[in-house]
Amino acid sequence: MNDFKYIGKSIGRIDGKEKITGAAKYVDDIDFGAGLLYAAIVESPHAHANIKKISTKKAEKIEGVIKVVTGAQFPFRFGLYMHDRYIFAQEKVRFVGEQVAAVIARDPKTALNAAKMVEVEYEVLDPILTVYDALGNMKDDSNKKFGHNPKKMIHPKLSEYTHVPWFFPQDNSNIAHFRKIRKGDLDGGFAQADHIFEDEYTVPRYAHCAIETHASVGLCDHSGRLTMWTASQSPHTQRHLFAEALAPLGFSHKDIRVITPYVGGGFGGKAGVSMEILAAALATTVRGHAVKVLWNRSQEFYNTYQRQGVHAKLKIGVKNDGTITALEQLLYWDAGAYVEYGANVVNAAGLSATGPYRIDNVKIDSVCVYTNLPPGGPYRGFGYSEFLFGLESHINEIAKKLKIDAVEFRLKNAIRGGDKLAYGAAMNPNGLEDCIKKVAKEIDWGKKRPIDPSLPHLAYGKGFSLFWKAPAMPPNASSSCFLKFNEDGSLNILLSGMEIGQGYFTVMAQIAAEVLSVPPHKIRCETPDTDRNPYEWQTVASHITWSCGNAVKKAAEDAREQIFDLVERALEMKREDLYLDSEAVKSKSDISFCLNFKDFIINGISKKDGSFRGGPILGRGMFMPEFTSALSDPETGQGGKPNVHYTVGAAAVDLQVDKETGKIKIHKIAFAVDAGVALNPDLVKGQITGGLLQGLATVLYEDMRFDDKGKLLNANFTDYKIPTTLDIPEEIVSIIVETPQMDGPYGARGVGEHTMIPAAPMVGNAVEDAIGIRIKSMPITAEKIALAMLKEK
Amino acid sequence: MKNKISFILNGEKRQLEVGPQDTLLEVLRTKLGITSPKVGCDRGDCGACTILLNGDTVKSCLILANEIDGQEVTTLEGLMEHGILPIQEKMVEKNSFQCGYCTPGFLVSTHALLKKTPCPTKEEIKEGLAGNLCRCTGYTPIIDAIIDFTKKNS
Repeated sequence: MNDFKYIGKSIGRIDGKEKITGAAKYVDDIDFGAGLLYAAIVESPHAHANIKKISTKKAEKIEGVIKVVTGAQFPFRFGLYMHDRYIFAQEKVRFVGEQVAAVIARDPKTALNAAKMVEVEYEVLDPILTVYDALGNMKDDSNKKFGHNPKKMIHPKLSEYTHVPWFFPQDNSNIAHFRKIRKGDLDGGFAQADHIFEDEYTVPRYAHCAIETHASVGLCDHSGRLTMWTASQSPHTQRHLFAEALAPLGFSHKDIRVITPYVGGGFGGKAGVSMEILAAALATTVRGHAVKVLWNRSQEFYNTYQRQGVHAKLKIGVKNDGTITALEQLLYWDAGAYVEYGANVVNAAGLSATGPYRIDNVKIDSVCVYTNLPPGGPYRGFGYSEFLFGLESHINEIAKKLKIDAVEFRLKNAIRGGDKLAYGAAMNPNGLEDCIKKVAKEIDWGKKRPIDPSLPHLAYGKGFSLFWKAPAMPPNASSSCFLKFNEDGSLNILLSGMEIGQGYFTVMAQIAAEVLSVPPHKIRCETPDTDRNPYEWQTVASHITWSCGNAVKKAAEDAREQIFDLVERALEMKREDLYLDSEAVKSKSDISFCLNFKDFIINGISKKDGSFRGGPILGRGMFMPEFTSALSDPETGQGGKPNVHYTVGAAAVDLQVDKETGKIKIHKIAFAVDAGVALNPDLVKGQITGGLLQGLATVLYEDMRFDDKGKLLNANFTDYKIPTTLDIPEEIVSIIVETPQMDGPYGARGVGEHTMIPAAPMVGNAVEDAIGIRIKSMPITAEKIALAMLKEK
Repeated sequence: MKNKISFILNGEKRQLEVGPQDTLLEVLRTKLGITSPKVGCDRGDCGACTILLNGDTVKSCLILANEIDGQEVTTLEGLMEHGILPIQEKMVEKNSFQCGYCTPGFLVSTHALLKKTPCPTKEEIKEGLAGNLCRCTGYTPIIDAIIDFTKKNS
């Protein structure tokens, strides 16, 4: 298809040797010297309570304690999309585990012991633990609006909170954001339908479970400079939020430096700012000393972002021939105590909850509801996994009831390039149909495994699911890049996206390599440092290959043009004849001409008189998607172009269910994604293999369990079981479809999150195919299947 | 109540004062500058801190530093005494890691597995690595690398 040297090739990862040898450093591996202080956090034991009094005296007297800090010193709100979060709880605690105070001590054990001596007096309030309790009034009439619940507000000051213009908090309620989509004529659409099918689905909360927990070290020196080392997907966004939150103390952006070494897994959990604000704030109280805040595994479960739970009410109208005429989807999100990031998950899901289907008449309510559970937030899939479980399960049920093959039904309604999206903009060109057909073929759709008479307790089933996802980001989310040559023609690329494992550094090196003819193994990408590396919004939304890739490509082209300028000027060569090949400048008109980078790239080109022309070549590139806008009619969602593009695909599973134990065994999965152009196919496959297992985990094993007081019961890997080597599918077939993304670098678009999105509904559909039972709440555990089988008997 | 212990760390005799509550993982990371074993759970669930104690894999977060007096501790750093191991090269080739955080633990477990079972079956590999958690790769690229590696050896 192309004659690229590096693009589209599965070249080896440039971070390989560092990671395979253990040389790669993560925050907690850095040696901060003998002066390092440690902080332990005093946490709320209550989900909902007023703080009456905090006494720090006993803790302060313990030897080795440097300082005890409470919210009194930091009465500031902060947040990414909405300022609803506090550094330490103020007046009120809103979830079990919320930070109330901190002890800074010489060593971690002293800090922990002293934290237990901080006395906090609470007035305990009734916790609000479900969306329906939080919503209160469910009928929208002239007296009372939907969600009217003034006496049970978790954030009584909600109406004072600043937020982005595309959020719509509702007064006198626990509704932090209400995303409405109204497209076409809903009643007319249902009137056209031969059948209307309604159902409800539930998805619980989940944990990211990166193996590295959150870690953060802050050092505020005596000159007033604050340096932060964080395990983060978002160094520049962190700097911005630290600067905003600490502005009352006199900090500006230039006074704050965020350094992010390698990150031991993110999955969205290390996006934005969560616990890192503590290290930033605490550092300002012990100037001249670095202070470390390191989350243990339990804290990682209960006091970072969690994937939000959702209750979905679905209503779909269809004609006898299988055409979908109308969709109504109500999504009530259990967004937790603070939604500064999570409300945008609700927003993104609301915009796209039609799934990848062409539907003329649509109503979507996506409602972000405060509860007294830990803060919800970004998690790989960003709301799409959650609504797709219900939608793709329901689609399957409808196809079955209409006696139309589930794949044929999806093909008939699958969205195409140019179709009108739920918010009115046009769908990007895509290979969804191709993905569906290839997956159906690979999984041998329509053919069931024969039942083995010697194993009558085993039932076999196949399940299908489509998926899609757009990057959810502000319309001005941008990326930038500096690229600098070294004397030998090798390159260092400075950027601020994060290599969280996805292979981003390698792909960025491939892009620069292609433009500049420097092999990727001679290119280093530098982990972010906001003092040194240029701006990047965040490494989230599966947008980094596309967005930062564009910035890197522009930086490389900028460097190339400088090289051509120089050669033209110094050697009087014809610029239009020049090209780069094998780390040298060559000429189409003079095949003997070859000027190696190493002979001029830093030290210039010598003239006959002994003078030189040139100087170090430095490239610069930036990218912002100037064609997007998040502004639209709040009542209909029409009018904007909030999403840059969608990545689409299809997946199917072939599994067996043990009817006696309920245990599922996965024989095969076929997964196809339209990657635009796969810059490095092996890395795309890596995302498929890894993301699929994370998705399977949400449907087969995991979920967060809370007691009736809002305390998380399974905040460890013993009780919250993530898959091991023993839990992998027997076979995964990865299929890459390529419909180039015209505004992406070499046609690429993101695939990182998408690989986990279809896992849950395809398993639900396969289980239904195998045993005829539709499970409508995740996870679909062996226990749940076995109980459902018993009930059927 | 510090106690003096002496032991072999990566082939070198070391002496050290440790407290009664200090875990081996803590001591390795904060007192001896050995950072390849990682803290993931501190309760033996994740395997990111896997090391060899007298040649057998253990989770160093579950071992008290006092227990290793007179014994032999080997970490990934020690296994690489003569440079990068062929199995490491194979894992780079097969993209058997993503974020890299669990990787040292997996390599130590793999090393121990291959020492006991030079040509393991797929099931033996899965069993041998079941104590190490990875959230990125889906495990398949790790297992495939070992299968590929042992095929060439046999």
